[in-house]
Amino acid sequence: MLQTDDAESLAQIHHGFRSMVTSRTLENKLSSLYKAGKIVGGVYLGKGQEAISAALGTVLERGKDVYAPLIRDQAGRTAFGEDLLDVTRTYLGKVTGPMRGRDGNIHRGRPTEGMPAMISHLGASLSYISGMLFARRMRGELHDAIGAATFGDGATSTGAFHEGLNLAAVEKLPVITLVVNNRFAYSTPNDRQFACENLVSRAEGYGVRGHHVDGTDFLKCMETMNIAAKAARAGEGPQLVVADVLRLCGHGEHDDAKYVPKNLWDESRDCMDVAEQQLLEKGFLTPDEIAAMKEDARLKVQKAVAVAQREPTPDPYQDDWSALGS
Amino acid sequence: MSLTYIEAIHQAQKELLAESPDVFIYGQDVGQFGGAFKATRGLSDEFPGRVVDSPISEDAMAGMVIGAAVEGARPILEMQFADFSSVAFNQIVNQAATHYYRTGVQVPLTVRLPSGGTPGSGPFHSQNMESLYAHYPGLIVVTPATVADAYGMLKEAVMMDNPVMFCEHKFLYNWLRAEELKKNALPIGQARIVRSGKHATVVTYSAMVHEAVKAAEMLSNDGWEIEVVDLRSVKPIDLDTIMASVSRTGRLLALGESYPWGGVTAEVVSRVVAEGFHLLDAAPMRLNSKDTPVPYHPDLWAAHRPTPESIVVSLKHLLRL
Repeated sequence: MLQTDDAESLAQIHHGFRSMVTSRTLENKLSSLYKAGKIVGGVYLGKGQEAISAALGTVLERGKDVYAPLIRDQAGRTAFGEDLLDVTRTYLGKVTGPMRGRDGNIHRGRPTEGMPAMISHLGASLSYISGMLFARRMRGELHDAIGAATFGDGATSTGAFHEGLNLAAVEKLPVITLVVNNRFAYSTPNDRQFACENLVSRAEGYGVRGHHVDGTDFLKCMETMNIAAKAARAGEGPQLVVADVLRLCGHGEHDDAKYVPKNLWDESRDCMDVAEQQLLEKGFLTPDEIAAMKEDARLKVQKAVAVAQREPTPDPYQDDWSALGS
Repeated sequence: MSLTYIEAIHQAQKELLAESPDVFIYGQDVGQFGGAFKATRGLSDEFPGRVVDSPISEDAMAGMVIGAAVEGARPILEMQFADFSSVAFNQIVNQAATHYYRTGVQVPLTVRLPSGGTPGSGPFHSQNMESLYAHYPGLIVVTPATVADAYGMLKEAVMMDNPVMFCEHKFLYNWLRAEELKKNALPIGQARIVRSGKHATVVTYSAMVHEAVKAAEMLSNDGWEIEVVDLRSVKPIDLDTIMASVSRTGRLLALGESYPWGGVTAEVVSRVVAEGFHLLDAAPMRLNSKDTPVPYHPDLWAAHRPTPESIVVSLKHLLRL
């Protein structure tokens, strides 16, 4: 079990939960903006996946580790330290954002600050972060840094995922590969995606350690991610973490997800509710503290949106139309 | 002491590894074995941990070196055959090529592509990929035709901050020799007049440069002077040198070993027509391989690709002979 009397662990739990709250607040706002026609392009949310995503972002250290988030990782991005303005500027297509209007929504990052900007082709980030770690190790600069890349159940069917995990295993690189099985890849259910009992069984085939966790259980997610990160830092090679959740939204905000059977919705639980209940029961936070956290998130999100909305979009006549650097 | 084309590539890599601790070589069988064509022979012993065998995973190999390049390394990725880079296509054209434009962070990566046909190699060990990669914004594509260029352009490519597709021709590996490696080679992006002439211009690159020169020699017996332009890099393309040559000769044959649909030769013709139509005394021509996969049998292979004889036929047509 997690050392809950340990001050550092408590700080981790607070950080993780705060990131979840910020993420859910932000994503609700993004959804509203989308419905109001204010967003350039699509909106892709991580509702229902905040606990596992935030747990990963929390155990990683910005400035040292590398983190390749995917489509449903707002909570992990926030936990890793992504500025909310990076999110709102990118979603609103502002030239002030890290992608400067050249790419949008979840395709954002700051590669030289340890967070690559994902491409849409699933699985591609696993080898990329392996290369980042390989380069550091070659120069003797890796120390105990680790890397992490996240995927959904759908991405595990790609060749890139297989090649990337196998390569990381061959090189014994400290990579956490997080697979969040949210049961639907866009509309495709698990039984049309893979035939094995549980994706974590693949760990054995790759020769890596596997971890399986209920992704709606925040404290379990924190515990599992701490174990995986510690093992990776200790030189035990890649760690495959599989978390089970249900995606509590469509693939994107354009998608009403009618293909999800009603009984799945009815049986599901929201990791936000679970986390809040856990923290209250354990006495890690009081109701007032949680309310204050939510209010703080609301204000920060409001500010990030307001600031970005006033900023300029790219000017096609001023933009540098060069695909090559000097 | 003379050097072959493949020895020049080996020499360039050896010097690059010695000159920069950021350089490493990644690829299938490049370590102890020294590579399928021995381009890395002995280098893993000389540079431990920096000449590294990969699994047979072209996608992940490319992704890995892209990540390493973002961290400031200068990787050389050896594809065992250019053909196999199709498996890495996504990482190359979507990850490496878009990286600078999207994020502002450059990817100083060189992908070595052992390209082109040799007798008996068949459909999957013979292809030319330069037209495909040149199509995508964000990549530099070079096609060295000489020993000096194999050496000099590889050294330049690895020290560039943009991703470079280095299309080295397998047919040239062992027969093409040079007495010395010129250190003052032309930079990437500049074409070279291989042979000057006044009656027609052949714009070509890679192994076809040598076939074009043979064709020009055959026609010179009848008094025809054919100018041969070696593009050296197909992207960026040196339109100035092409236009200057066409303005002297008034006739253009664009020659390439790759498939005929689209591609570098089509690009050359379209640019010359669009920007120098008034310079042309005859309709420009293209000559490529046939529009089939590259055949296995040497007799079929020799008929599939342009040869000095077929180039002469094209040139005679161009000269209205």
